[in-house]
Amino acid sequence: MTPFDFSMPINPAALTLEMLVAALGLGVLILGIISPKGARSGLGWVSFLGLMGIIGVAITMWGQSGELLAGMYLLDNYALFWKITFMVAAALVILGNMRYVDNVGHQAEYYSLTIFATLGMMVMASAGDLMTLYLGLELMTIAFVVLVCLRKKDNKSVEAGMKYILLAGMSSAVLLYGLSLLYGLTGSVIMLDISRIIAMQPVSSALVLALVMLIAGLGFKISAVPFHMWSPDVYEGAPTPVTSFLSMGSKAASFAIILRLFITALPGVWENWAMVIAILAGITIIIGNLVAIPQTSIKRLLAYSSIAQAGYIMVGMVTASEAGIKGVMFYAFLYVFATAGAFTVAAYFYNVTGSDELKDYAGLSQRSPLMAAVMLVALLSMAGIPPLAGFVGKFYLFKTIVDGYLWLVFIGLIMSMVSVYYYLRVALVMYRDEPKDPSPINVSGPVTVTLIVTMLVTLIIGIYPGPLSEVVNSAAHSFFLH
Amino acid sequence: MLVEFAMMHAWLVPLLPALAFLVIVFLTRPFEKLSAIIAVGSMALACVIASFAAYGIFTNHEFTEKPLVYAANWLSLGIPGVTDSLLVQVGVQLDPVSAMMMFMVSFISTFIFLYSVGYMKGDPGFSVFFSYLSLFGASMLLLVISSNLLQMFIAWELVGLCSYLLIGFYTHKISAREAAKKAFVTCRVADFGLLLGLLALQITFGTLNLVELGEKIHNFQEYTTIGMLTLIAVLVFIGPIGKSGQFPLHVWLPDAMEGPTPVSALIHAATMVVAGVYLVGRTMFLFHEVESAMQLVAVTGAFTALFAATIALTQREIKRILAYSTVSQLGYMMLALGVGSLTAGMFHMWTHAFFKALMFLAAGSVLYALHHKADVWEMGGLIKKMPITGWTFVIGGLAIAGIPPFAGFWSKDEILVATLAEGHYVLFAMAAFTAFLTAFYMWRMIFLVFFGDEKPENHPQESPWTMTVPLIVLAVGAIGAGWMGTPWNNVWAEWIYFGEPHHGPINYGAMLLSIVLAGSGIYLAYTMYLKDTKKKRARKLAEWFGPVHRMLYNKYYIDELYLWFNHALVDGTARLFYLFDLYVVDGFVNGIGTFTKSSGDGLRVFQTGRLQNYALIFFLGVLAVAVLVTFTGPSAASLVLGGVK
Repeated sequence: MTPFDFSMPINPAALTLEMLVAALGLGVLILGIISPKGARSGLGWVSFLGLMGIIGVAITMWGQSGELLAGMYLLDNYALFWKITFMVAAALVILGNMRYVDNVGHQAEYYSLTIFATLGMMVMASAGDLMTLYLGLELMTIAFVVLVCLRKKDNKSVEAGMKYILLAGMSSAVLLYGLSLLYGLTGSVIMLDISRIIAMQPVSSALVLALVMLIAGLGFKISAVPFHMWSPDVYEGAPTPVTSFLSMGSKAASFAIILRLFITALPGVWENWAMVIAILAGITIIIGNLVAIPQTSIKRLLAYSSIAQAGYIMVGMVTASEAGIKGVMFYAFLYVFATAGAFTVAAYFYNVTGSDELKDYAGLSQRSPLMAAVMLVALLSMAGIPPLAGFVGKFYLFKTIVDGYLWLVFIGLIMSMVSVYYYLRVALVMYRDEPKDPSPINVSGPVTVTLIVTMLVTLIIGIYPGPLSEVVNSAAHSFFLH
Repeated sequence: MLVEFAMMHAWLVPLLPALAFLVIVFLTRPFEKLSAIIAVGSMALACVIASFAAYGIFTNHEFTEKPLVYAANWLSLGIPGVTDSLLVQVGVQLDPVSAMMMFMVSFISTFIFLYSVGYMKGDPGFSVFFSYLSLFGASMLLLVISSNLLQMFIAWELVGLCSYLLIGFYTHKISAREAAKKAFVTCRVADFGLLLGLLALQITFGTLNLVELGEKIHNFQEYTTIGMLTLIAVLVFIGPIGKSGQFPLHVWLPDAMEGPTPVSALIHAATMVVAGVYLVGRTMFLFHEVESAMQLVAVTGAFTALFAATIALTQREIKRILAYSTVSQLGYMMLALGVGSLTAGMFHMWTHAFFKALMFLAAGSVLYALHHKADVWEMGGLIKKMPITGWTFVIGGLAIAGIPPFAGFWSKDEILVATLAEGHYVLFAMAAFTAFLTAFYMWRMIFLVFFGDEKPENHPQESPWTMTVPLIVLAVGAIGAGWMGTPWNNVWAEWIYFGEPHHGPINYGAMLLSIVLAGSGIYLAYTMYLKDTKKKRARKLAEWFGPVHRMLYNKYYIDELYLWFNHALVDGTARLFYLFDLYVVDGFVNGIGTFTKSSGDGLRVFQTGRLQNYALIFFLGVLAVAVLVTFTGPSAASLVLGGVK
């Protein structure tokens, strides 16, 4: 246990990304205030281009590693990979939904909050101690709460916001309980120190209780069953771009921090949590897929499907190994693109028709072949059909648990088959049914770009996973170097 | 400079036609001329690159010993360095064999693409046809340059798909659709064997890279037994049996002639069907270790050669005769590989590609002129109205019959000599007799179609230049392609061989014999079908040997046999399974479906939308996890689920 040394110099260059994102968020907010109402739709471009620039900076930082403040803030390829993932997710959401946001209004608030939520996620990815972890988590959550009820004249949106803030507060309380127990038991908030101290003592029941609290508090964020009840309601009520970002960004960030917390701080009690995670993963996969079947709204269907997807990702945590971390990161990355594709279609469709109902998607392939194709590719990738990215991702994840958790592999396989049923139901409606209103849907430029990018990435990663796999390998490897 | 670039970028060769496929499908489909230009242009460019790369390979002798290999990691499992991790690569392997093949495929494709511009003119699916052709070219070239067997298998399946699409191109024709299905299913049956073989190779040796496999199989005792290796070799050989139309899976190839003629020339004569031969040639290191597998290859080849030649004697449709002759010639190639002569097998593949593509295209030109009248007995004297088509066909006929100095003579002679040198006297006799039959049935067709009296109901016309130019180019190949492999100066054997290059003594006896056989075959055809204008002798012969003639005409009733087998056994079993399916499986599946749906509905009940309920469930969840953690602790977990070690 190293006593905290406040005189320690901080290298500001190490925080370049975070500072740039913060500056971008503030800049957008200020621009929103000073610019006339008509010009505010340009804020989307400012945010998008800003994020793309920061992604460029981030790529040049690949390979750097280090610690700030005695391990409070960790810099490695692992954190950097996640940060890039979050920013890519944010950029896709912004690019694909400018028209939706213009319809809702509050552009400045929307874009700056999206960027602040991204900042929270980035802090989470680098967090090396419990305080930073919590700070990042809350920054992200609070930004999301506001975003969820952005359509403030819509009852559903407001209701979703209320539900989210209350339930998130509850889960935060539980999480804090767990964190404080951990601190009480070890006397440190630095994860690396906690790991060392836990290894020296026998496993106490207080530690087990802390474990329970941590699993519940963070399980809420990734909507693992049985902590998932909030997500369908919130996903449905929130504006679609927010839902999209919530289901990819928030989830990915929570996975980043769960891996860090459980594998860096708590590997000593791995035997106590591995089986729980495995069982929760199994239940999440089962419930998510089963409840998705009877859904009639595309947003709710995607919400349940995203619960099931979280279950698949949890599979990668079970072994606490490099291969598992690799699987989680690989899947999270491709999941961003599949989700962005599906939700961008949903948001644009809502813009044009004002409906989220599945039955209104009838004949979409005739009205807009591109939208239908993107939706199909995204859903089939989530179902894990080769040669799409989801297949490779699931393969990496389940490969890690073939030895010892065969039952979980079987659950994954069977439930993937079940999921094909409801995913293909969407395809059937889009491709087989005749449209009620056969007027073609013209997709605007930025949306077209977003859709094509998501589809191409999903295809390319599926056909040629080599490069991404190597990047992720290096990121997973850096995880264990602290 | 240019040569080096081409050698290091040989992946461009399959990529260019692949891009052409995408561009035609997504962009230029409505513009027929543009689509054709893109397809022909990309293939021509690929041919240029392939030529430079081949030039580079053939001017550096080091590549015969050590192939030029470069690969990218396609996907890897596990962490690099860990023993059980799997690394799959995609790459290029250039050595004289693949360089020759790459050049041949791209060269012949270019001219057949060009020929198609004329042949397919006015067809409503013109652009689609060219997109399929481009996809085929890309897949075939990918197959050729593959550095590992998995990549080769993917390309192998892709060419199968293209073959299916192109055989069934005239979708309005029921016979074309049926033929496409037949080809696809027959090849799939064979591919399953190949796939099993590849899996066994991967499991046994841990790699599918050709170079590594070659080294490991050389010392196979360290990995497996000879019995297992024999099994692998036989399984791998099943793939080529299907793809290269060897007995007993040859049935699809004659039916495949339902496709447009350029397709028959490109896919079902010059390139795709030799993929099986090529695969055996590529995996010679495997067959070489297993004596019995080599014999299987040799016997299959020799038997197929003879068997198909006898069927060809009695057929009436011009393309069918050519198809059986293709099957027969593929048998020759297999025979050559089976007696251990990669040199002779590849050499015959090379010369055959030219003269057989030539004959198919010429046949296409005839069909084009006669509005798709296919029966050779209804033609005659066409050479007067169609001199280019006629004389190029005659050149092809001389080449396949084995008359020196045409290309086929040298390669066939090489095979005969190799068979004799290895001491396979029975196989030699079969091959020699096949040579006689080949000359006879080929010239029977030539005399009937191009010579003799003109039929008044036909009004033939020479075809346009896009069709005749490829004929002339291929005719030049059919004359000269064999000169690099003459027994006096065998350049070919210095480049393409397995193990050690060998120069046997020149066997003038065999050479003389094959000339005599070819000459007598042609002479017999001449006396029966040209001199005897009423064709009395031919008819009498058919009457005398009535049952034999009928059997040959009906292709030994193999199709009927398969049909009967299919009807009796497969359909019968299917009916049984149908009942089982209807009552047992369906019941089970429907049960699961109902259960799944109702459980989905049931679980939905919990989603009340009420915050209090959600909070309640959340805390119940915390409780449940607490119980779980307690009961799945280290000791309890291994007891219940056995996961944590």
